[in-house]
Amino acid sequence: MKEAAFFLGAIGCLGGAIAVIALRNPFYSVLALIVHLISLAGLFLLLQGEFLAAAQIVVYAGAVMVLYVFVAAYVGNVDEPLWEPIPGQRFIAPLLGIALFVELAIAITGSGLQAIDTEGPTVELGFGSPSAIGKLLLERFLIAFEAASLLLLIAAVGAVVLAGRHRTQAVPDQEAI
Amino acid sequence: MDITWFLVLSALLFAIGVSGVLLRRSPLVILLCLELMLNAGNLALLSFSRSLGNQDGQIFALIVMVIAACEVVVGLGIIVAAYRRRIPLNVDDLRSLRG
Repeated sequence: MKEAAFFLGAIGCLGGAIAVIALRNPFYSVLALIVHLISLAGLFLLLQGEFLAAAQIVVYAGAVMVLYVFVAAYVGNVDEPLWEPIPGQRFIAPLLGIALFVELAIAITGSGLQAIDTEGPTVELGFGSPSAIGKLLLERFLIAFEAASLLLLIAAVGAVVLAGRHRTQAVPDQEAI
Repeated sequence: MDITWFLVLSALLFAIGVSGVLLRRSPLVILLCLELMLNAGNLALLSFSRSLGNQDGQIFALIVMVIAACEVVVGLGIIVAAYRRRIPLNVDDLRSLRG
């Protein structure tokens, strides 16, 4: 049962990831990433990360991807030129990706960690539940939590400054398109 | 289900993200590939957290999600600003910081 769930989630993850880089229309790439993220949330559930799976779907597949969809629709279909600045980039890039995967796989399987070949220890019932994560976040990791909230605030202000309309400058509006 | 399966899957997803960054030229798709890599890292963090029976890795993954959200917001802001100024959305042309 667990194996079936894992392979189902893995197929969704890999299919979504390959579709993201293979589809030419950025809008379809965004939709493929949503499939990838939802499958990944299923894998998080298999690893007892209940709160993270929920956060993945609500924050990522919900909020962040809506932002992507809006920008992809606003920018429109950007034509990627077929001209290659580096000759043979189309073939070298996947080769480098495969080489990186082989290297990472050797590093993982050859690491000699004892716990790696097992399912991990049996954990208590509340492992990864919202209450356990919340307790950790507000007690042991309070500083990280506060720093993350400050970082989000700065990023939001930065995005408004970057993408906001400059009224003093005569920037041609989108009505001209 | 061995933890190794999850780790190898995360390595594969990371490699796919890296090839996407190397292959594509639209900044929007490159941001999507960065998301792929961050999520592969999250999967590895959760696998190790499960294999060690320690929840600290899950907090780490949560913070990675926050970083990813910040990166998306700023990156998309830059893309929208570049589009408004009629700068071509191609990473080969986006070389200088002074538009």
